[in-house]
Amino acid sequence: MGMTHVVDRRLNGKNKSAVNRERFLRRYRHHIKKAVADAVQRRSITDIERGESVSIPSQDIEEPIFHHGQGGKREMVHPGNQEFVAGDTIPKPPGGGGGGQGHGKASPDGEGMDEFAFQITQEEFLDFLFDDLELPNLARKKLKDTESFKYVRSGFTTEGVPAKLDVVRSLRGAHARRLGLGGARKKKIRDLEEQLEALKMAPKDLDPAFSHEDQIQVLEEEIARLKANIRRIPFIDEIDLRYRQHQKHPQPATSAVMFCLMDVSGSMTQMHKDIAKRFFILLYLFLKKNYKKIEVVFIRHHTSAKEVDEEEFFYSRETGGTIVSSALKLMKKIVESRYPPSEWNIYAAQASDGDNWNDDSPVCSKILAEGILPLVQYYAYTEITPQDHQMLWYEYEKIMERFPNSFAMQQIADPGEIYPVFRQLFERKAA
Amino acid sequence: MTDTMDRPNLPENGQDRDRQPISTSSEWTFDLIRKYDEEIAKCAAEFGLDTYPNQIEVISAEQMMDAYSSVGMPVGYHHWSFGKQFLSTSKGYQRGQMGLAYEIVINSNPCIAYLMEENTLPMQALVIAHASYGHNSFFKGNYLFRTWTDASAIIDYLVFARNYVAECEERHGVDAVEQILDSCHALMNYGVDRYKRPAPISASEEQRRQQEREEYQQRRINDLWRTIPRLNDDDDAVNKKIRFPEEPQENILYFIEKNAPLLETWQREIVRIVRKLGQYFYPQRQTQVMNEGWASFWHYTLLHALYEKGLVNDGFMLEFLQSHTAVVYQPPFNSPWYSGLNPYTLGFSIYTDLRRICEHPTEEDRQWFPDIAGTDWVKTLHFAMANFKDESFIQQFLSPKVMRDLKLFSIQNDDQEDVYRVTAIHDEPGYRILREKLARQYNLSYREPNIQVWNVDVRGDRSLTLRHVPVDRVPLGDETEEVLRHVHRLWGFDVHLESVDEGTVVEEYHCPRHSLDEDDD
Repeated sequence: MGMTHVVDRRLNGKNKSAVNRERFLRRYRHHIKKAVADAVQRRSITDIERGESVSIPSQDIEEPIFHHGQGGKREMVHPGNQEFVAGDTIPKPPGGGGGGQGHGKASPDGEGMDEFAFQITQEEFLDFLFDDLELPNLARKKLKDTESFKYVRSGFTTEGVPAKLDVVRSLRGAHARRLGLGGARKKKIRDLEEQLEALKMAPKDLDPAFSHEDQIQVLEEEIARLKANIRRIPFIDEIDLRYRQHQKHPQPATSAVMFCLMDVSGSMTQMHKDIAKRFFILLYLFLKKNYKKIEVVFIRHHTSAKEVDEEEFFYSRETGGTIVSSALKLMKKIVESRYPPSEWNIYAAQASDGDNWNDDSPVCSKILAEGILPLVQYYAYTEITPQDHQMLWYEYEKIMERFPNSFAMQQIADPGEIYPVFRQLFERKAA
Repeated sequence: MTDTMDRPNLPENGQDRDRQPISTSSEWTFDLIRKYDEEIAKCAAEFGLDTYPNQIEVISAEQMMDAYSSVGMPVGYHHWSFGKQFLSTSKGYQRGQMGLAYEIVINSNPCIAYLMEENTLPMQALVIAHASYGHNSFFKGNYLFRTWTDASAIIDYLVFARNYVAECEERHGVDAVEQILDSCHALMNYGVDRYKRPAPISASEEQRRQQEREEYQQRRINDLWRTIPRLNDDDDAVNKKIRFPEEPQENILYFIEKNAPLLETWQREIVRIVRKLGQYFYPQRQTQVMNEGWASFWHYTLLHALYEKGLVNDGFMLEFLQSHTAVVYQPPFNSPWYSGLNPYTLGFSIYTDLRRICEHPTEEDRQWFPDIAGTDWVKTLHFAMANFKDESFIQQFLSPKVMRDLKLFSIQNDDQEDVYRVTAIHDEPGYRILREKLARQYNLSYREPNIQVWNVDVRGDRSLTLRHVPVDRVPLGDETEEVLRHVHRLWGFDVHLESVDEGTVVEEYHCPRHSLDEDDD
């Protein structure tokens, strides 16, 4: 027939719907943001490797059309009659249901659902979480240089200290040199010896005019000279020597520990904690891009500090005053006992509403400056409050002046500011 | 292929039985697909099926989801509703709740059919027979498709539409375009003149006329609004009676495209695009039973013909029949799986029975179908396929036997009564009633509310009034106000909708809503 054309389309793009999907997410971003906000409540801050399932009330995404409503007189033909005959009556169910004749819009899945559920990816999840944060940019940023180095072999060099002499490599070079220099002469010797042999074997001519004696003598002398030459080739020469070369490679410790410090005194509301949580998630994400292994330590404090698990950190409530230094002291103790700075990159993020006992703020400043900042890569303080600053902020400002490279502080008033603030905090300071 | 054979009959059977089957494994290859297609095409020709050339495209499941989400349009403009469709399709598929549509076929020339790579060979053969020969010949033969769609122009038109919408998005912003599209989609089913033959779709024509139309249209609209008499109300009582439009208009989108006072030219073009697409899908909405039934009848008949020729083996047929049975399964009304009459079942049953009536008529058939009983079945089936839509097809060809086989019965639900009434069943007194009821059920104006453009207050506030004529007191659904808001967005001035039952207004909708306290803050 030849009228049919069979085409393999499988290699054509499969993401034809990507734009439409994106349009959908764009249209319902408010719903999705809310779902994401709810999800953050449920999730651990280290649990960011997956997307999220989002549900939107079906009525909100309905595409309305004119259709019939309930009521009036309807007649429908159905299959599978068993016992009915014309004229039969069937009582209507109480509540006046439409008897399954409602013109409701069938969902593509069959049964009517009142929720439209779908999945968003991890990337989309984070986008919605941080108000369209662009993660790739984050990944490209460099971390502060680390102090430790490791020597890495990088080939051989002709100069070096005797301790680094590579014997095998040097001897191999010498051998090659000897072959190179002596090879041609040895071949010549072999040729000459053959000629000599031939002359010696030749029958003796009585006529001295035809005697080979002269020739033999010349050959023997030449052979002796060549052999002497070869003997003079040194077994090993200065130029044969090879030394192992090493280069200094910066060796970032592959482990990081992240301290989350949070004030849980009565003045911190759940909203404050949510903002703090997002900030911590962002820090975790940031570290995750750079380190193989990350541990997270949660320290909560009011008048005294305590190391807790994440659940307790974010959700258990306590009341009381605020002594920030208690948390700093605890952190210092934990670092000293468990996270030697030579092996760990230490990051700390502190969230607070700025409340502190005034007497305590100078103490904090001292512990930070003397006990903590020398040990950590970076210490970020975020004050979650729309109000005026208190004593602690001004103490910390002094710290920032002294340690501009390892200490940063910002104020966050609402969730939308988290990412910009984060970016400021972690911007690489000009060297 | 166009020269229908004079004696289209079942291919000779028997002696060819020992011929080699085309394949014995159920793995497909491109070669095998071509071979099957060749053999199916031969059988189809023997039965006189007239088709557009076929283009069979093998695609992956993901691509099938893409195709599925764009309502089968191979090229489409971007819109969130397609994204919504995609999300729900892919979710259903990933959870395994739902198999993918195992075939999508596009009414185009060449006729494009998608085969999913996951399918087994018998499945691919079934889809080829069903889509590339069944649906294809229906697209080419049925009068509604011939009247309303132009298969050779649709792809170009879709490309034109997509580019135009993308251009508008660039110039006017995604949001502005999305709003217009949303509103047009809400009225997509009201973009057709049922009794007028439309101009065929053509992309090049569209482009050529677009410029012209821009100027002309704007002038026309200006004219309409310029002729509005001045505010000298006392002038004449005659003017008061002027109605616009003079006659009610059922094509609401067309009316808006031509007359909405405030739409910009590009917005009118988008209204037009959605209207044209509505027109393209219009025949499909009216021929579901006929079209699916026809395709099912032919996949069944064609693959049996292959079997008769010894080209497929018993294993193939078993797998095929299993799929076929699932496709034409009709759960009874009291089954949890019941969701109305299965159009595949109903259509397949009617065509199958038509063939029986031609080949082996009973006394009953001779009474009911005197013109058909005993005639050439291929010709009769082609006639039935070509000249009807679901409503008239059922009215014409639903036989008592099919009603008995499906055990049809009709139930009346009157909100003024406490009981449902069984009005007819599959027995002698019931056949005609049932047939009429079922036919009416497929009448578009019974399925969808009858709403028309009634009047525009050209002299006054420019408000647009739509009129709904209820059938059997069935009111409008709960989305009506929502749709009206879309009409309002397109029209730009107040929109009213009144349900008028035998001269009395039984329900009114207004956008903006009429509130009791007119003076709001």
